[in-house]
Amino acid sequence: MAMAGPDIEQLIREAFPEAQVVVTDLAGDGDHYGARVVSQAFAGKSRIQQHQMVYAALKGQMGEALHALALETAVPT
Amino acid sequence: MGDPTEQRIKDIIGSTDVVLFMKGVPAAPQCGFSGAVVQILNGLGVPFTGVNVLADPDIRDGIKSFSNWPTIPQLYVKGEFLGGCDIVREMFKLGELAAVLNDKGVAVTAS
Repeated sequence: MAMAGPDIEQLIREAFPEAQVVVTDLAGDGDHYGARVVSQAFAGKSRIQQHQMVYAALKGQMGEALHALALETAVPT
Repeated sequence: MGDPTEQRIKDIIGSTDVVLFMKGVPAAPQCGFSGAVVQILNGLGVPFTGVNVLADPDIRDGIKSFSNWPTIPQLYVKGEFLGGCDIVREMFKLGELAAVLNDKGVAVTAS
């Protein structure tokens, strides 16, 4: 079971409306994605907290339907 | 998560300085993300204990709620959750991983 890239992007955008979100299909197999999320919401948070915020946005899909998401988070500079 | 599992996890991360909860064993990782962290730790010359969650369903589920982290691998140093593959990889790239290990008094024999 896998998730489509646009669905991943939509969930992240719903949680971080002002963010820059780039989702890439890393392997071209619809099962290995990379996501880069740049949001002011991450300001002052540790990396672990930033990733946890994105995982929360994915509503439990992470580690389930979504096995492989290489996540990169950053605060806008 | 049952208390016995939580206690087992506490015992594991309390008894060894560097613990990697992973899929497979360090000599034969069964997932690319676990393998990537093993490579980084080996590259730094850091001794660590690998816990194969595939061999232990209680730990596999338990560690996710324990850390509030949905995926494996998970790296613990001196009882503190450091992160999953992406965070470890980024910290390594920026040179922060060796610094954190040094700060925590874990011997890093390579850089």
